[in-house]
Formats: sequence, structure tokens, C-alpha cells
Amino acid sequence: MGRVEGLEEVSLKPNLSHFTCRNNQLAFLGLQQDGFEDQVLEARRQYGAHRIGVLIGTSTAGILETEHAYQQKNPDTGRLPASFVPRGRYTQDAFSVAHFVRAYLEITGPAVVISTACSSSAKVFATASRYIEAGLCEAVVVGGVDSLCLTTLYGFSALQLTAPGPCRPCDASREGLTLGEAAAFVLLEKSPRNGNRQATALLGYGESSDAYHMSHPHPTGRGALLSMQASLESSNLSVSDIDFIHLHGTATVANDQTEDRAVSTMFQNKTPCSSTKGWTGHTLGAAGAVEVVLGDLCLQQGFLPGCLNTSTVDPTFSSQILLENQERTIHYIMSNFFGFGGNNCTLILGRH
Amino acid sequence: MEIFVHGVGVLGPGIENWDSCRNLFKEQRLYDNSVTPDPMPSILPANERRRSSEIVRWSLEVAQEAVHNSQLSPKDMAPVFASSGGEVGILHKICQSLASPVPIVSPTLFHQSVHNAAAGYWSIASGSQRPSTSLACYDSSFGGGLLEAATLLAAAQEKFVLFAAYDIPAPFPLNETRPLIAPFALAFVLGKQALPMSVSWLDITLLSEPMSKAPTTMTQPSLESLRLGNPAARGLPLLQAIANNLSTSVYLDFLDNLQFRIDHQPCRPSPD
Repeated sequence: MGRVEGLEEVSLKPNLSHFTCRNNQLAFLGLQQDGFEDQVLEARRQYGAHRIGVLIGTSTAGILETEHAYQQKNPDTGRLPASFVPRGRYTQDAFSVAHFVRAYLEITGPAVVISTACSSSAKVFATASRYIEAGLCEAVVVGGVDSLCLTTLYGFSALQLTAPGPCRPCDASREGLTLGEAAAFVLLEKSPRNGNRQATALLGYGESSDAYHMSHPHPTGRGALLSMQASLESSNLSVSDIDFIHLHGTATVANDQTEDRAVSTMFQNKTPCSSTKGWTGHTLGAAGAVEVVLGDLCLQQGFLPGCLNTSTVDPTFSSQILLENQERTIHYIMSNFFGFGGNNCTLILGRH
Repeated sequence: MEIFVHGVGVLGPGIENWDSCRNLFKEQRLYDNSVTPDPMPSILPANERRRSSEIVRWSLEVAQEAVHNSQLSPKDMAPVFASSGGEVGILHKICQSLASPVPIVSPTLFHQSVHNAAAGYWSIASGSQRPSTSLACYDSSFGGGLLEAATLLAAAQEKFVLFAAYDIPAPFPLNETRPLIAPFALAFVLGKQALPMSVSWLDITLLSEPMSKAPTTMTQPSLESLRLGNPAARGLPLLQAIANNLSTSVYLDFLDNLQFRIDHQPCRPSPD
């Protein structure tokens, strides 16, 4: 399990202390990385706080607080601790993470939380680009935040989807996913500010539903195919333009097999692909934003990551799975995200 | 953003469906909330209906009604499901179980616990493979869903959106953190173009200036309590405008500092 050390010790700003929970502590740490806040501040000066939106993906928000509150119920009355009750809105509630981010960054534009399990923070990019295209915002703080909680730990374990050790995406003997936790944020803007022509662009997106099963992917990946096709259409690119496919690749038996079928149907084994879940674990609702950030780094640095921990690719797979890292210039990345409920999203990233 | 309403579904205490809601508004009857429905949407297969959560049944019931009234195929609609609390009943069961001496989460409860469970069951039951979004925005969840629906029509290739907003009170003791007055759900089938069955034309504007207008409220105190007591019921003033064929503007607060102005025009005269 990929756990962020010392997270419990992080103190939010005193005026926002009512938001304190593992999920918002993780969001707070994430917002402080890599000069992100400075970029938001500059965008705020340029566009005005009301022209910037906040769209965050999370699957469980601060539900850990509620799990603890239930463990501390009053045995006589059955009531939750009085100290927790008024904090539910700021911690457990699904919207709490966007509420926190909006308050912390002092942004006043539209804000929503999208919660579609493991595609949550991929879909916020699609919604954000629609907000911008519809003229609602000049820029959107897009992000994904999911933190470890008992519900997902016990839940994935009950579904027999967790690996005993670090996950091995696409491996012949893969045994399941490794849970991780993460916060990742991106400032999505209509056009690069300050003439930054090197900025990575969201060139297109595709979304679809499997309409098949709540927790199993469709065996031939029909929803995944629809989502990938839609992403190419929306970015005006063709299969041959894509340099690298960033797989959802959770390392569960079913996900990787289905995704391989869909990818090989579409790409005919010609395009290198890999999953970065071996590096990060599966950060669930945060995976979208995390992997967009990784994709940005790959584009900026000319880097194709191999599947970490994977030694032998599943012999039944037909797509071109990378085991070793490669260094070369790439222009277009396709990133896949699939969630419970058969909820699929594909993003296309590229360099201007 | 200009959109058309092709179909409506609604469910709440004393409100069995869109017809009963329309009659309530048209006849200006006293709102009687004594009977709370127990929906069993026929679109769910019988085995799923039995084990489905209460909120799945509420949301699918209104979605199914709106689709039926639109006479369009659900397969052509992108679902937007908006709920503040989502699967509160399942969350309660899981937290109870995790607090027991032998903590456990059943596989079924786990996949039922995601915020997009209702939307997932809808896409399976309706066969729609269109993009499906599930979102939450606390008291503004109705507005957040409306915004998602409108931008899907304005800035994506979607022809039709099925927008459902729904919330139910959580079981004790979870309800103490978020006391909702009653369950409520509504759904609209929305599209870009006028069709023979279209009921209303809407023009949705997000006002980012400081709020100058008071939000549109309900005249009857019991309906106003419902509007304020359930995030999905923030849609009641719009339902009222549609029911009464009013050419009017509905004002809807969004988050703590924004507001929607929804200009409403009926597409056809009242049948009576």
C-alpha cells in the first residue's frame, strides 16, 4: 500500500482548520508543490478570481473521518461524537475537497466534485474544457485527491482485487492492484500564459459507459474502445499519431486483459504502452490527475516509462507493453481511465 | 446556454410523478406530504430491484419517467447524475460494519458504495453507452448538475442529456451530520433543439457578479421547507415554472457567491 508518511501531522491554515481530515491534508500538501499556488495567484490576478473554476475528482473524500466516528459512537445513544457532527460537511461530504481547494486558493468561480470512482479526476479535465469552451471560465483548477480509508482497503480486498505485494501491471502472474493515495493539481487554461509555448495541452477527451456490470469490465472492452475512439475524434488525431498509450493498467487480472484487447484491437500492436501503477499504486479517484502530471513529465522530458515490477508480460496480450524505460521525443500521449459502474474516460495530451 | 426540456420526472413525499406535481402547481392545491412513495423502477431487472439501494430506486424512477415522457431512446442520452450525499444508506451500512469487532466490507456493498452507483445501474439498465457523469456540490448539487448538463450540450457533441438530481435522508446516526427534511428526486431530458414533444425552452446564465436577486422561492411554506431541506428540491421553482407554462426567470443560488438566472419559456400552450 502506498501511504503518504506523516500526513496526519499536516496542519491546515488556522482559518481552514475545520476542513482537517486525511483527504484535505493531502490536498493541502499537493497544492503546495512545484509553485502551483504561485501560478494560480498569477492567473487570479490576470483573469479575476470569479473567472477561475475548481473541478476535483475524488471517490471517497474524507470518509475515513466517518469510519472513525462510527467506531466512537456513544454505546448508549448510538450517536456520533458531538465533535464530528458539525465537521461532516467539511470532511466526509463528497464536495468538501473542492470546497477546501476553493477556499484555500480564494477562487470564486464555479466548483463541482466529480465522483465516478477511478475515472473521477480524468473526467474533471473533460468538464473543465467544456466550462472553458462555454465561456464560463478562463481557467480551471483541475485535480484529483483520494486518501486511504478502510472502505476501499476492505472493499478491494473483499473483491479479491488487491495484490499481496507491489502490483505488477500486465505481468503474466499479476495478482491485483496496490492501493495508493495522492493529490495532483493542474491549472487548465484556454491558451498558454506569458507565451509559454512549451506547455502541455489537453488536446481532446473521450468518455463512455460499458453498460455491462458494476465492477467487471466488459470482456472485449467495448466501452474502452468507444472512449479511445472519441478521444481521437475530439483531438483530430489518428491512431498512427499516438506515440504512447498510458494504460489504466491497474494490475487486476480482468482490467489489464480487457484493456489489452481494446488497445490491440485499435492500435494493432504498433504503439508502445505501459501502466505507471507500479510506480504510484492505484490512487483511485486521483489517478486521472496524477497520470496527467506524469504524462506532462513524459512529454517534457522525452521519456516512456516501463511497467515497474513487471517481469514477464502476459503471453496472451497482443499490445506492445514496455518493460524498460525509453528516452525519446514524443508528441502525443493517450491516457486511459476506467472506473466502477463501467465509467470510462480517455485523455489526449500533447505539446504545442 | 439555451436548451430544451423534452421530458420531466419527479418524485417526493406526496408527489408521485410529474403529472401529480403539475397538478399540485396548476391547481395551487395545499401540498400534502403525508405519503412518501416507495419507488420500484421497472427498468431495473427484478433481482437488481430487490437488492438495490433506496437512492438507486429513487434516481432511476425519475430518470425512467423523464425518458418515458420524452419519447426518446435513453441510449442517445448522456446521463448526468447529481447528488449531495449519494449512497448514504450504503455508507451507513459499511461504517457500521467497519466499527464492528470483526470489520468487513461485503463485495456487493463495496461496489454499491460509489457515488456513481446509480448512474452505473442506469447505464446497465438502459443500455446507454453515452458518457455518464456523477457529481456532488453540497446544497448546490442541482445547480452543479444543471451546469454539467448545459455545458455537455453547449460544448460537446451530445444531442441529449438525461439530468437527474436526487438526495435522501441518511439513516441514523449519519443523518445528524446532514439533516435532510425528506427524500426528493427529479429528472429532465434536455436537448439542443426543439422537438414536437418539447415542453420548455431554457436559457441558463451563470451570474458571477455579486448576487443582486433573491433566489426564487416557493409560496407554500411546506414546499419552501422542502426546497431548502433537500438539495435536489432546489429545482422546485423551475418545475413550477414548467408546470404552469410561465414565461419567467428563475433565480437559483449556486455555491456561496454565484447565482443562475434561468429564463423559461413554454414550448406549447397548456392543454387545458
